Order: sequence, then structure tokens, then C-alpha cells
Amino acid sequence: MVITKDDILNWLEEVKDPEIPVLSLLDLGVITEVQLEGESVKVSMTPTFVGCPAMDYMKNDVIETLNKRGVENVEVEVSFETQWSSNRISEKGRLALKKFGLAPPPKHNLIIDIDVLSHVPCPYCDSKNTILKSPFGPTLCRSLHYCNDCRQAFEQFKPV
Amino acid sequence: MNVEALKDLLYKIADDQLILGHRNSEWTGLGPLLEEDIAFSSMAQDKVGQSYAFYQLLEQLGEQKPDTIAFHRSAENFKNCQLVELPNQEYDFSLIRHFLFDKAELLRFELLSQSSYEPLALLSKKLLGEVRYHVMHADAFIKQLGSATEESILRLQTSLNEALPYALGIFEPSDLEMDIINDGIFAGEEALKERWIETVFTTISKTELNLADIDSITPIYGGRRGIHTEHLQPLLNEMTEVLNLDPSAEW
Repeated sequence: MVITKDDILNWLEEVKDPEIPVLSLLDLGVITEVQLEGESVKVSMTPTFVGCPAMDYMKNDVIETLNKRGVENVEVEVSFETQWSSNRISEKGRLALKKFGLAPPPKHNLIIDIDVLSHVPCPYCDSKNTILKSPFGPTLCRSLHYCNDCRQAFEQFKPV
Repeated sequence: MNVEALKDLLYKIADDQLILGHRNSEWTGLGPLLEEDIAFSSMAQDKVGQSYAFYQLLEQLGEQKPDTIAFHRSAENFKNCQLVELPNQEYDFSLIRHFLFDKAELLRFELLSQSSYEPLALLSKKLLGEVRYHVMHADAFIKQLGSATEESILRLQTSLNEALPYALGIFEPSDLEMDIINDGIFAGEEALKERWIETVFTTISKTELNLADIDSITPIYGGRRGIHTEHLQPLLNEMTEVLNLDPSAEW
């Protein structure tokens, strides 16, 4: 069987963010390049947060998933050359986040101030009558919010 | 390019991050509010992760592995400023330190994102987005507590006065400072300090706190040359306590 780049991309769709299991690494935007040479695959990845402990898991998941499909020679390179920003999360990914109960990050021009965070639309009822409880949450990429309308605490995937 | 000067700079940054990351982590489970507990723990995780990235840059320049550098040096080989090694004390001191240090760090990464040493420029650019959240957090709390009650203002003012001479130690120039500047690696500690004073003043002036005339303060230097307070070695002992039970263990 000849493996194509599309096959690789399809298989990589199965690899999810270990902390947000509805979001694939492709939709998250951490996979920046896939190169196929003969039977060898090189996957380039860029970390979301430099201190993100999930990065090693993601790297191993990519290798294991492709190995399972019969691609033996997989190399994963982590580099900052292409820099991750929350703008890299795809539309499909944003929808998945919202369904998961995590407010998707607003698209931004890399300048983020507290105002962007203070009235995040609630992922449950879409109200903007919400407040920022803390810019830090249960993982490095999430902030804590509260909706004054549906009285629900929620988290946002932070714009970075 | 003077590689020794570059390594010196990387050690300073990485050691600051590792040590302050450790201090921040000491708030885990003890924060005055749940949100603050989480905030200091998150910043700890960021900082330790960031130090690892800088130790990796050092490894690429021929230094030992990140784990070896982080866990197998004694205090006199650390180049962090003394500000970051001071004990947390009460929350007001931790908050003031976080404010003074992270403001400097964000500006440092802004300057370094223009560095002639590309791996450093890329990493610094990457970290801007993360450290902005730290500064946002510090500013929000300093503004609120710096104008809140008599007690909160007095506490922050006392901690600010205590921390300032140490904070100026962040900018202790190295002997190789001119090489760093001439090679285009970094604009230098003096340039950083000037920007820092401006931004610290901007936030403080929105509160009831007073910022002393910086020129009248004698900076506490030494950290960048391996001269530390009596607080660093116990911190390192604690950080490596489990490791040292069996240094050859596989993790």
C-alpha cells in the first residue's frame, strides 16, 4: 500500500489533546507540518505553552498512532519556528471546544488586555454578561469565568 | 559572537525562572484565595517550563543536560538575582515580588525577541504571550489592593520598600555586558532597567502607593556572580531532596 500525505493527516485526526479530548492536534494547530519521504514521516509540532506538560504525551501519541497504522519511521520535531497562537485553532476546533463547555478563544491581533477576557461569551447560553474570575485555571491554557445570566461557572481557552 | 557572554545571559534568565518558579509553587495549597492559589501554581508551572527551555538552549551550546544543570549545582553556581530566592513571606511580599520581577521579565523578552541569536529570539517571542498573563495578573492585584484598605496599602508599601533594592539587583550588569550589546544579542541591563522603571511607575501611580526615587536606592547586587543570601541553598536542598535519596534512580 502506498501511503499518501492525506492518509497521514486522516490518521492524525485521531490524536487528541490529552487535556481536551474533543480537540485534535490538527484542529488545535500544534502540528505545523507533515513531510512524507518514502516510508518515513516527519511531523513538526509547536508547543501551546512552553511549560505545557501535555507536550510529551502529544508527541508520543503522534508516534504511536502512526506506528499503529503501519508507519514505522516517524520522527517528531518540536520547534518554535512556527509559533503557536490561539488564532491557529480551526473553526471546527472552536466549535468542538464550545460543545465541550470551554469558551473558544477570540481571534486577536496578539495584543491581549484584560478587556478581552472580562466579557467572554458564555459557552452554555451565549450571554456576554460574564465576569473574569481569574486569568489562570486548571491548566495553563484556561482561564476561569462566571456567567451572571445562567449562573454557571465556566472556563475559556485563553487567547494567546 | 561571544558565546560565554551569551551563556551567562541564558543562565541568568533560566535560573531566575527556576528559582522563582519554585517559590511560586510554595503557594500551592496555601493561597489566600482559591484563585490566587491556582494563579501562583500556574505561574510556577510556566516558569519552571520556561527555565527548561532556556536550559535546552544552553545544552545546544555545549552545556550539560537540563536536569543536570537544574539539580546538580550548588548555590554559588546559580546566577539568579537575589530577589527571586527570598522567602515568600506573607502574600503581600510575594505579590510585590511577582509584580516587580514579571514586569522586568516581559520587557526582557520584548527586547530579546529582537536578538541576533535566533533561537533566543524565537523562544522570547513565544514567551511574550505567556508572560503577559503574569503581568496582567500582577497589575490587576496591585491596582486593587494598592487602593483598597489602610491595611492592604500599608502592607504593600512596606513590601515594596523592602523589595526594591533587590529588584534593582535584577539589572546587575555582567562583566561581558558590552559584548552582549555589541553582538546584538541583548540591549543590555541598563536599557532594560530604564524601561522597567517607567512601567512600574505607570502602575504604581494608579494606586495609593509611593515609589521611592530609584536613584536614591542602592541596588543589592551579587546574585549574577553567584553571591546569594542564606535562603538559596536550603531551597536547592529541598528541590533536590527526593532526587538525592537515590541520584542514580531512573524516573
